[in-house]
Amino acid sequence: MSETLAADTILSVRDLKTWFVTRRVIAKAVDGVTFDLKRGETLAVVGESGSGKSVTSLSVMGLLSRPGRIEGGNILFRDRAGKVHDLATFGPADFRKIRGREIAMIFQEPMTSLNPLYTVGDQIGEMIALHEKVSREEKRKRALEMLKHVEIPDAASRLDDYPHQMSGGMRQRVMIAMALACNPSLLIADEPTTALDVTIQAQILDLLRRLQQQFGMSILFITHNLGVVAEIAHNVVVMYAGRVVEQAPVNDLFAHQRHPYTKGLLACTPNAGRDIDATGERRALYSIPGSVPPITALPPGCAFEPRCDFAIPPCKAAPPPLMPAGSDGFSRCIRSAEL
Amino acid sequence: MSAVIEIDRRTETKPLLVVEGLTKHFPARNGRIVHAVEDVSFEVKRGSTVGLVGESGSGKTTAGRAVLRLIEPTAGKALFDGVDLFSLSAAEMRAYRRKLQIVFQDPFSSLNPRLRVAAILGEALDACGFPRGKARRERVAELLTLVGLSPDHATRYPHEFSGGQRQRIGIARALAVEPEFVVADEPVSALDVSVQAQVLNLLGELQKKLGLTLLFIAHDLSVVEYLCDEVVVLYLGRVMERGPSKLVYAAPRHPYTKALLATAPVPDPTRRRTHVALTGDIPSPIAPPSGCVFRTRCPEAIAACAETIPPVVEIGNGHHVACIRHDERA
Repeated sequence: MSETLAADTILSVRDLKTWFVTRRVIAKAVDGVTFDLKRGETLAVVGESGSGKSVTSLSVMGLLSRPGRIEGGNILFRDRAGKVHDLATFGPADFRKIRGREIAMIFQEPMTSLNPLYTVGDQIGEMIALHEKVSREEKRKRALEMLKHVEIPDAASRLDDYPHQMSGGMRQRVMIAMALACNPSLLIADEPTTALDVTIQAQILDLLRRLQQQFGMSILFITHNLGVVAEIAHNVVVMYAGRVVEQAPVNDLFAHQRHPYTKGLLACTPNAGRDIDATGERRALYSIPGSVPPITALPPGCAFEPRCDFAIPPCKAAPPPLMPAGSDGFSRCIRSAEL
Repeated sequence: MSAVIEIDRRTETKPLLVVEGLTKHFPARNGRIVHAVEDVSFEVKRGSTVGLVGESGSGKTTAGRAVLRLIEPTAGKALFDGVDLFSLSAAEMRAYRRKLQIVFQDPFSSLNPRLRVAAILGEALDACGFPRGKARRERVAELLTLVGLSPDHATRYPHEFSGGQRQRIGIARALAVEPEFVVADEPVSALDVSVQAQVLNLLGELQKKLGLTLLFIAHDLSVVEYLCDEVVVLYLGRVMERGPSKLVYAAPRHPYTKALLATAPVPDPTRRRTHVALTGDIPSPIAPPSGCVFRTRCPEAIAACAETIPPVVEIGNGHHVACIRHDERA
């Protein structure tokens, strides 16, 4: 392995380019994304639709569907034995060896990821049997243990339930149980609470935090919700139009945004304390003008420039590089020091 | 002069819509019943915005649609300007539809993909007998300008627009017939965060400009707090708490409202929650718990909660709560 990986880092995505190439267009869904995930930490990747956050996570898992393809960059991953792999070069067979065992994934809609024809106990058991040689009794015992870990009440009686007999929150717990059944060192969670109600969302976020402490896994958490980011992340990557626009430790990011897009995202979330004055009069919310540009028709300069309050002529010239900003972060804005 | 102000004040506070005992049951298999909305009452003052909040299964969408009779209610009254909408015949109701409109959640499925914008708005204008020709073209241009689009957009199809722009078209369609009352069913939930604020601002502006009365259905508590004068909190089809937003948000009196407010994620990592306020899931509306429907998840439930359905009582300043223990926490 020519690339090196710091000892405390489990995943390092470097200049990743995942493009969807057809005869007519090249959609650069992920175009030069770089970030590191430290062992035992949660890195949130935030962005709106079309930002490339999900394509990034699918690239790491080797779950891209045609015509999506990794065109460049590295995805360095350190396995439990300490060996570093470049997942960007992995084929389907290589991925099968590490998926589930080393890296597991949970998705937004648990119903579509569970097989409706098998009991949840069978499905968790199958996951274990894929990677380890276990007896039937052992499989069932381990599945039950996992259901208990994810705090499903009365787990023994739910083992033989089918997915449709469970609520959305319970199904997401089953998904988490399946994902963690082989004790992976990296969990990729792609909008795992987006389809859930706030009270259930809070339960799942709590569960993930507790399981992280217990099992020590690192989490790559994909979301569009900044409230959820504040709840769960140690570090944050903000994506816009296929690129990282800002990266920072969570407290720094919420205290001081170094990119106008992040600043705008936080300012346009209604906050009655800020947006309603003393007389009870509503102030107009700050809003980012326009909408996210299609990934196939990005402006030549900074992708956010057409919507940016801070744009100046040089912003139109060329896409700015990701530059150090603040004490421990990065920003892709040439005016980040002024923000 | 003072007499005029007097009258103004009276019309201002007179409710445009009074919903009383609204109930909607759906038939389920084996003769069982889904109790989607159960005995819901609230008022919407003219020119104000009332928020209906709750989680999925709380009945907020069903309640909003039943008020407009897009779903036929099982029982109750909806007095609109003194007239009970539920007692009107279909033909009489049609005349009222001009005054009552709805904006749907998903701007992708609620616009006909085969119609140009002019025709989408034209359907609404047809329904109220608006003449065709030059006057109509002008009206379409006027509506598009009103919602922040350009008159040129009239010849385009829905797929040519972004989500936020589509929701503007949905709003223009609702406003085409000059309604007095608009139900907005999660109008920004399907939109990207950066676009939500644009649409919320538009709704606020239009309300001021046109004197609209809004029933805003949402699950996002911060949006409701910002936009709504009053809030109605629903759980499993019933009202848990309602009142002026300021009071309910500053001093929630129902354990469910408290839990909702405590669990909503706040974009501030220094205010991270330390514990989960609510355990378990929302029960099935086919077999709701006896007594208080919230008792199975309530951290403050006592034996008596299973016995009677707590009445919705006023505790002052229009603040209502349905909890037998609300006094103990005063």
